[in-house]
Amino acid sequence: MKIHEYQAKSVLARFGVTVPRGEVAFTSLEAGEIARRLGGSIAVVKAQIHAGGRGKGGGVKIAKSADEAEQLAKQILGMTLVTHQTGPEGRKVGRVLIEEGLQIERELYLSIVIDRASASPVIIASASGGMDIEEVAAKEPEKILREKIDPGTGVIPFQARKLAFGMRLGAGPANKLVKILDSIYKAFIETDASMIEINPLILTKGGDLLALDAKVSFDDNALYRHPDLRDLRDLSEEDPLEVEASKFSLNYIRLYGNIGCMVNGAGLAMATMDIIKLAGGEPANFLDVGGGANAEQIKNAFRILMADSNVKAVLINIFGGILRCDVLAQGVIAAVQELGVRVPIVIRMEGTNVEEGKRLLRESGLNFSTADSMGEAADTVVSLARGK
Amino acid sequence: MAVLLDRNSRLIVQGLTGREGTFHAKAAAAYGTTVVGGVTPGKGGTTHEGWPIFNSVHDAVRETGANASVIFVPPPFAADAIMEATDAGIALVVCITEGIPTIDMLKVMTFMDGKPTRLIGPNCPGIITAGQAKAGIIPGHICKEGRIGIVSKSGTLTYEAIHQLSKQGMGQTTCIGIGGDPLIGTSFIGALRLFKEDPDTEAVIMIGEIGGTAEQDAAAYIAKEFKKPVVGFIAGQTAPPGRRMGHAGAIIAGGQGTAAEKMEALTKAGVHVVKSPADMGARMREALG
Repeated sequence: MKIHEYQAKSVLARFGVTVPRGEVAFTSLEAGEIARRLGGSIAVVKAQIHAGGRGKGGGVKIAKSADEAEQLAKQILGMTLVTHQTGPEGRKVGRVLIEEGLQIERELYLSIVIDRASASPVIIASASGGMDIEEVAAKEPEKILREKIDPGTGVIPFQARKLAFGMRLGAGPANKLVKILDSIYKAFIETDASMIEINPLILTKGGDLLALDAKVSFDDNALYRHPDLRDLRDLSEEDPLEVEASKFSLNYIRLYGNIGCMVNGAGLAMATMDIIKLAGGEPANFLDVGGGANAEQIKNAFRILMADSNVKAVLINIFGGILRCDVLAQGVIAAVQELGVRVPIVIRMEGTNVEEGKRLLRESGLNFSTADSMGEAADTVVSLARGK
Repeated sequence: MAVLLDRNSRLIVQGLTGREGTFHAKAAAAYGTTVVGGVTPGKGGTTHEGWPIFNSVHDAVRETGANASVIFVPPPFAADAIMEATDAGIALVVCITEGIPTIDMLKVMTFMDGKPTRLIGPNCPGIITAGQAKAGIIPGHICKEGRIGIVSKSGTLTYEAIHQLSKQGMGQTTCIGIGGDPLIGTSFIGALRLFKEDPDTEAVIMIGEIGGTAEQDAAAYIAKEFKKPVVGFIAGQTAPPGRRMGHAGAIIAGGQGTAAEKMEALTKAGVHVVKSPADMGARMREALG
């Protein structure tokens, strides 16, 4: 689960990471008041959306007075921000973070994630902060520092110093980094984060280290034990169909094509998207209905698929192991009849009771095509989506 | 022969008294697996469907001589179950549970480090040795005895591979679902090492997906040490970056873990990589000449 920058900073601050003074505003009036309260000669107005690249997209502005902060907030709130991470449709801005301006000496990069190969948390640091870290990694990989953390010890001070001196920090800031890394590591473990990224971590002219930007995402599987963090979810940042699907424990991700897919199992669902593309089509979605899907689940899945008006044909690809093909067929027939689905449907199923399932589909009198292999199913659905 | 599990394995089911545990314990027994009992803390001393239930894995091992365990325990308790089985000295632990928090798995991996127990999963369909035994949810009736090993991050794609092999007249030795989580007990290399030493396994189908670098690591291992033919498929060639595709581990993060880079690494290592998931069986037929 992703959260906003201002929420991430508040979580990190709770663990002792220093962050700029600031507050979130939902209206321009509030933004002006916050800027007045902060005082100082400049304030920063930052659009809050769950995507990076906000500055380039015009979502981050500097105000020289509280009145200007209010004006800028007025411009930014409600605007549709398009960045390299939002997709072409962009995101509507509903909140802005108003922060104090700071005198920046240097910009650094810090993050923590789980390294799968060594099964340990790893801290990644770089003296090249403020930039896209993927770019740094591609162009100057030697500037990326990595330190694996033993879960038994947490961050040992010498590891933090190694990173600090690696980023050419002086003795004073290096000691501050020891504390910050300890705080970030604790935050990572205790909140069940899947990633914490601070880019940039700034060194001020006064020698302080602060998280100027922060991105935190949490492990969805652990949210059950963090009700406070679960409340930070902002549904307006998510696709409405994905939100709807999640209510029925359906794994649905909306894409841009016109062939709806309904599959059991995540791997097979990805593979189904792949084979549609290979056949010359474009998948409209990823949808894993799970291993134990019943008739009700299939109906919900259909409802969500058909709510996407781009969908011109549907491919159902089920490998029945525990899920029996005859039960699936009954579910599909009921859903199509009840929802009045009009687009052509191609069904490829294999596994338990497949012959009975196929007989039910054939005898239903509905607009189904059946296929014996994934390849044939993909070819059929692609030509049907083209109206052939 | 085959690997990990055979008709001599003595299997317990952690969570046997639950709905899924019961269903799959019966299916495993029906397939021929020697299921010797179950563990449900608090229900020790009772029986369930004719099997003795124990309070702890230690008790179960002492009383039944179990050497393998399959776990059907809800996510909040599954890490605990894995560590208990490890502490009881079970040689093979197969965890089916999906949804274990990563930080819990971090503790599991640290706990298991240096201990002899092998973990398969979590978030996997388990293992089946065709014609002999199974621990997990892979439907037995789709498998048949043969000479192909399968190692896969995905459950239903494993079934797909088995089905395609059957159409080509080929059967399997052992199918290993290693799981779709970021942290798993046995990765591709671990499974490939077993297949390397197994004289019955003539060739291997390897099914990977986006996220992480386990496939690239496997490619390096194959190039150096694995001489049997391998047919490979990577799911998620069309997956958008930054999105978790159903499995907790299936995400292209920071531009890394794409299907393209995995397919390239495997191809360079001499793996017969298929672009289409429909071609796994036919390509294996070709590879074996």
